Amino acid sequence: MGKKTRMTGARALIESLYAEKVDVMFGYPGGVLLPIYDELYDADIDHILVRHEQAAAHAADGYARATGKVGVCLATSGPGATNLVTGIANAYMDSVPMVAITGQVPRPLIGNDAFQEANITGITLPITKHNYLVTDVNDLPWIIKEAFHIASTGRQGPVLVDIPKDVTTDEIDFEYPEKVDLRGYKPVKTGHKMQIKRGAEAIIKARRPVIYIGGGIISSNASKELLELAETINAPVTTTLMAKGAFPDTHPLCVGMPGMHGTKYANFAIQESDLLIAIGVRFDDRVTGKVDSFAPNARIIHIDIDPAEISKNVRVDIPIVGNARSILKMLVEFISELNKSKSTTTQWMKKVEKWKQLYPLKYLMDKSLKPQYIVEQINELYPDSIIVTEVGQNQMWAAQYFKYTQPRTFISSGGLGTMGFGFPAAMGAKKGRPDKVVFDIAGDGSFQMNSQELATVVKNDIPVIVAILNNGFLGMVRQWQDLFFDKRYSFTSIDDSVDFVKLAEAYGAFGLRVTKPEEVGPALKEAVDSLRPTVIDFVVEREENVSPMVPAGAAINEILDLEA
Amino acid sequence: MKHTLAILVENKSGVLTRVAGLFSRRGFNIESLAVGVTDNPEISRMTIVVSGDDHVLEQVIKQLNKLIDVIRVSDLEPGETIERELALFKVKVDKGNRSEVMQIVDVFRAQIVDVGVKSLIVGVTGTNDKIDAIEKLLRGFGIVEVVRTGTVAMNRGAKTVKPGK
Ligand SMILES: Cc1ncc(C[n+]2csc(CCOP(=O)(O)OP(=O)(O)O)c2C)c(N)n1
Ligand SMILES: [Mg+2]
Repeated sequence: MGKKTRMTGARALIESLYAEKVDVMFGYPGGVLLPIYDELYDADIDHILVRHEQAAAHAADGYARATGKVGVCLATSGPGATNLVTGIANAYMDSVPMVAITGQVPRPLIGNDAFQEANITGITLPITKHNYLVTDVNDLPWIIKEAFHIASTGRQGPVLVDIPKDVTTDEIDFEYPEKVDLRGYKPVKTGHKMQIKRGAEAIIKARRPVIYIGGGIISSNASKELLELAETINAPVTTTLMAKGAFPDTHPLCVGMPGMHGTKYANFAIQESDLLIAIGVRFDDRVTGKVDSFAPNARIIHIDIDPAEISKNVRVDIPIVGNARSILKMLVEFISELNKSKSTTTQWMKKVEKWKQLYPLKYLMDKSLKPQYIVEQINELYPDSIIVTEVGQNQMWAAQYFKYTQPRTFISSGGLGTMGFGFPAAMGAKKGRPDKVVFDIAGDGSFQMNSQELATVVKNDIPVIVAILNNGFLGMVRQWQDLFFDKRYSFTSIDDSVDFVKLAEAYGAFGLRVTKPEEVGPALKEAVDSLRPTVIDFVVEREENVSPMVPAGAAINEILDLEA
Repeated sequence: MKHTLAILVENKSGVLTRVAGLFSRRGFNIESLAVGVTDNPEISRMTIVVSGDDHVLEQVIKQLNKLIDVIRVSDLEPGETIERELALFKVKVDKGNRSEVMQIVDVFRAQIVDVGVKSLIVGVTGTNDKIDAIEKLLRGFGIVEVVRTGTVAMNRGAKTVKPGK
């Protein structure tokens, strides 16, 4: 590195972000951030001013998921920092690489309940991969270096750096470190060779294998290697919500999503399989259903970067810890050496194929406007889009009825299920991939949790399209009330909340309303062609249910049809 | 099942909170926790005694290993480990029973570390069981106050818990 230069902590932060190649960040200023914001005024970083800090965190998250790079957000001390909390927890649950920077009150005031003081390192302890309070300006460069390193390696996740105001005004002889040396952090990379061999042998012997994949395939960029494995052994692939796009939905071996709102054929295949090859998944309860009856006949191979995921929820027979991509490469090599012929799974694939024909995903199309139809139309007209979702029924329909073929084109809050995630995350995704058409498939409830970001997308010209599947309900909760609480719709009706078209217009965005099936296509085209941030209010059938469904606590083959 | 964990951590503020937080989050009860610096001033060593389900313990150990400030976690073998704890007992005494207390102290190779008019302080080191035993006997005289350090533990023989390369 070059020679040291004298500068303030605030400047050193900017230089450190340059060194990490940060070109976009999302933030909101405040008193303790004034020195940092003064540096950002003419910095070579595209800083997007949001309207609520929660949106800054979700936007950084969406940016990270769409690009694979580390997302960066910035908020002031106290309420600014606590407003980031949901976004940080969301990124933590879905293992998204993020660096959250917060301002803190000056060091002499820490612990005094000073104005706008919050112990944000304490608050975020259980929802960050690691966090730091910078107590000396000389620590700032290596802390930023470590933060980016920790966020982006191993099992990825959010790291928070809390910087007291007086640290940003102190001076430092700046030099950015070249490497990190963390004796307590040495993520495993390549898998254990013997374990991979054992895996290969189990795969050769299997007659009814199922490949069950999760977000780990996307974070390790292992789609190509996965495709090779699936085609080599000729086995069905089931993709969790987090893995959508990691394996093409259009591929004959794809059986769609497992679990609560998965396909019947994915669930049946898992329940009958004799070998489950689980890759980058964590056996979430929304996937396994009643855990004691999950894949009862299968031995389980579990490939994961995080040793703590092995045998956490489900006992595993062959654990392989490491990077999915490098392990899959080796696994396919071993299998090819052992000379696997495809024919051993022919019978099995026939059976799976039959289930696919018998139990397709379906909904009743009549003259009314069906939410599923809207998703299908988006797919039909703009198959190469990035689809971001909110949470609830909209999310499940977006997962079920759009055919994802590329990784990083489906972005959704999986682990935390955060309403309000979709719109700001879509904004982040569009900043990261301006070449893509970006839709937020939204619910009327979720959108209202962060609709203030219409100001951000308009001011910064970030043309995302919010497709509200407006059912006038907190639909997913209403569905449970419908099924399990005698249709007592207690506090789930939110109809006539607001005129979404006028709301869009009030912010200077483009607003459209659609009430009939034949208007869907033209409205989508109008929105995309406008090149403006757009809200489309799709007034849909109010009481449509997501189908099929495994009731909570049931085995995943006890799956019900709910379509009218 | 009772386990004694030796945990090497970075000697930084906040580390204790991170470690203790993990145990509480997993619903794991800490029976005792002792911490102090090692021969390397940058590294502290914690000895944590826990009891609970082996599966949960395995999870806790894995989760501990994920903490950036945790350098090493070792689940010490019961038979292969030396364990010691220090306790102080303030015991009520009078002229009549003072010598009786002294006898118990002798048998346990404990020490009288303070003598007052109406009370004594008994200091004792030993295994957890030994301390429980003397406590039971001293109770008969009336214990006014107790303080225990929690167990510290080390492998017997040549085996060590060190940071590694
Ligand atoms: C922040 C937050 N609060 C509450 C919930 C619980 N919840 C899950 S789905 C849902 C309804 C979502 O309604 P809407 O956005 O209109 O979507 P719909 O199900 O109608 O498509 C609620 C309240 C949640 N997931 N997130
Ligand atoms: Mg709704």
